[in-house]
Amino acid sequence: MTTPALELRDLQKSFGGVAVTQGVSLTIQPGERRLIIGPNGAGKTTLFNQIAGEIMPDSGTISVFGQDLTHQPVQARAHAGVSRTYQVITLFAKDTLAHNVALAMLGVNRQRFQIFKAFRSDDALYERALQILSSLGLSDKAHLQAGEISYGEQRRVEIAVAMSQSPRLLLLDEPLAGLSQDERAMVRDLIAGLPRETAIVMIEHDMDVALAFAEQITVLHQGRVIVEGDRETVVNHPRTREIYLGT
Amino acid sequence: MKRLPIAALLLLLFSIPLFAGEYFVNLGSQILIAAVFAASLNLLVGYGGLTSLGHATFMGLSAYISAWLAVKMGLGHAATAPAALLLTTLIGVAFGWIALRATGLGFLMLTLALSQIVWGLGYRWVSVTNGDNGLSGLTRPQPFGWSLDVSSHFFWFSLLVSCVCIFLMARFVKSPFGASLRGTKDQARRMAALGFNVHAIRWFSFIVASFFAAVAGLLYVYFHKYIHPSVMSVTVSAEALLCVIAGGAGTIAGPLVGAILVVVLKTYASAYIERWNMMLGLVFLFIVVFMPAGLVPGVAHWTRRLRGDKS
Amino acid sequence: MQIWVIQILNSLSLGGLLFMLSSGFALIFGLMRIANLTHGSLFMLGAYVAATVARAGYGLALAALAAMFAVGLLGGLIERLVLRRLANNAQGQVLATLGLSFVAADFCLMVWGGDPIPIITPALFKAPLRMMGLIFPTYRLVVLVAAIVSALLLYLLIERTRLGAMIRAGVDDMSMARAVGIPVSLLFTTVFCLGAALAGLGGALAGPIFNAYPGLDAEMLPLALIVVILGGVGSLAGTFIASFIIGFIYTFGIALMPDLAYVILFLPMVLVIAFKPSGLFGRVST
Repeated sequence: MTTPALELRDLQKSFGGVAVTQGVSLTIQPGERRLIIGPNGAGKTTLFNQIAGEIMPDSGTISVFGQDLTHQPVQARAHAGVSRTYQVITLFAKDTLAHNVALAMLGVNRQRFQIFKAFRSDDALYERALQILSSLGLSDKAHLQAGEISYGEQRRVEIAVAMSQSPRLLLLDEPLAGLSQDERAMVRDLIAGLPRETAIVMIEHDMDVALAFAEQITVLHQGRVIVEGDRETVVNHPRTREIYLGT
Repeated sequence: MKRLPIAALLLLLFSIPLFAGEYFVNLGSQILIAAVFAASLNLLVGYGGLTSLGHATFMGLSAYISAWLAVKMGLGHAATAPAALLLTTLIGVAFGWIALRATGLGFLMLTLALSQIVWGLGYRWVSVTNGDNGLSGLTRPQPFGWSLDVSSHFFWFSLLVSCVCIFLMARFVKSPFGASLRGTKDQARRMAALGFNVHAIRWFSFIVASFFAAVAGLLYVYFHKYIHPSVMSVTVSAEALLCVIAGGAGTIAGPLVGAILVVVLKTYASAYIERWNMMLGLVFLFIVVFMPAGLVPGVAHWTRRLRGDKS
Repeated sequence: MQIWVIQILNSLSLGGLLFMLSSGFALIFGLMRIANLTHGSLFMLGAYVAATVARAGYGLALAALAAMFAVGLLGGLIERLVLRRLANNAQGQVLATLGLSFVAADFCLMVWGGDPIPIITPALFKAPLRMMGLIFPTYRLVVLVAAIVSALLLYLLIERTRLGAMIRAGVDDMSMARAVGIPVSLLFTTVFCLGAALAGLGGALAGPIFNAYPGLDAEMLPLALIVVILGGVGSLAGTFIASFIIGFIYTFGIALMPDLAYVILFLPMVLVIAFKPSGLFGRVST
């Protein structure tokens, strides 16, 4: 039995008397592609933020590759091999793309404690950053500020920034939000091309892309897991229809 | 690269005592002290996004510790200087921890409250600080027998110390750690998700800032050969803040330019206007409301607007 | 025993004055997220205005009212003319209030000079109360009563009036308050005026105890900050209780250990910050 990439056991979270996460348990295997869906208010973002460490659950456990991260601070995630993207782009707008990627890599690199050597001259990190940007077809924009490139390009860079840390578990929070048709295609291809070793958990509303991506789907409703399984199972399940169509 | 203009500038600065009179040389020393102090505050404000209103505490504490050890314990500068720097930095560790229990406005209020407590202590703990009389009868050090009582000597000494400090601070902000500090200013949440310990980064930067403020404090007490509690007042902290925001926060040169502006303004304005505090307040208001990015970018922006460019 | 009585009453009256000073600060900070560093200056201006009116022959009551209105009006002007221009710039607002505090300090020096100006305790309260063989300075009791009355009125305002409901809504969730149509702009000015007026009133009442003197602002502001840090923002009870805690600590500290009185102020603040950064009763994070 391989250690699961992510294991949630009986996660509970309430905000001021309102239970937002109610006894959620799920297991994700290494390299798996998991989609989390559910209508608005289902608690997807709260669940995500608990996995990412920004919110502490009231009870239950979160383990990543066997390591208990439930009460660990946010920064422990990156060192446990978890990276995430945000629904709202959080790139450093006034810094170059290369700097954005290099800074991300620095987060899990010993170099970050250096207080005397110049950052730029650490060729290895910057070289790697440029390589990553080149694989996105953005090497000619590597020295532009993140705020100067298009929204679609920012989305792709956001994912690249997360991937630059070579995570074993990647959390994608609505990576297609606000994108045009063409941009969506580019991001979809990017996600499809991500390394097989990386387990990916995604929240997304764009059903076409999400369903194409997903190997396993978890459906949340009012903080609970209602349906779980592969595409066929979930799409045809009567409860899924009920939740989405209200029948 | 930038090396050539900096070298030329340094050469110019070093030569000042050769052609300028004593008054200007002393003014120069005061500007250097303010520059180091402002640069240390800039680490927090400009690079860390942490606005402190209590930075004068560290400059003052370092000055007082050095003075007290000299006057009350009869110690020489070789002992008082490292002791002052060490003890002040340790207080920086403690105050930094306290103040960083909050962020943003809470941090600002805590730094102000802590600073005012120390300031009040300076006036009231008369048995130690001599209260409103201050500690006098102090001397300047004699590094390798070189007398610093000559104003040109003191200027060169201060210039040397300032250059070293500013060089170290510049390396600090350009280092990987410095990059992470800047990151916490813009997107603390993102930085944490990337694996950075935001609290530890801020705390360490606070400590470094207090260290360099302590250095400025030593230069200050050597220059004046006297220390009075007013050096720990919120006015002095505000003047340093003005240097930073006037020159342009988040740059190396900004606080240096700001220091020149503020010291010159203070020296000449107080010759004509009795009320320096009012002037300081009005300048503050002016900059905050009309030129928040600092004098240099602000002037550039307004001249463009006046000329009719739509940028 | 007599000495204890004096010190206890001094503590209570200081606590009362601190409450009038800090409640305004806490209101402004809680609702508008502005750390109003001019607040100490407003207190001092209240003392100076009251001193001037009292010197002209009018009673303390009128002087206090005059101070309240004058300082409240000034508060409104500050909010409208300066702070409004810096909306969404929290740091700018704080620095602007800092700048204003410097201007105010020198302004007071220019107008009233460097010597402290006393306010004579009204004849009505001059004679001390004698009870159980002890002497109780009457004016201190008056200040305490005034503070308690202010606290009650403030409580009623916040809990029972529409204005209060709007304030509470704004403190809890500003964007929601805007969304439900609360006139935020008018609310801000009103609250700033109210906070300033409270500070001015406090200053006026403090006159007979402290005199109006330059530097009063710098003495009072850090105490207000400590009260708010200790008591937490968003709770009137917190400000009230913290005001008296600080009033006692400061008064007894100065009496027992004059050199180190300021250090004593450190301790409760640091302890609370270490264990409960939002303050004893805080509901709003700083």
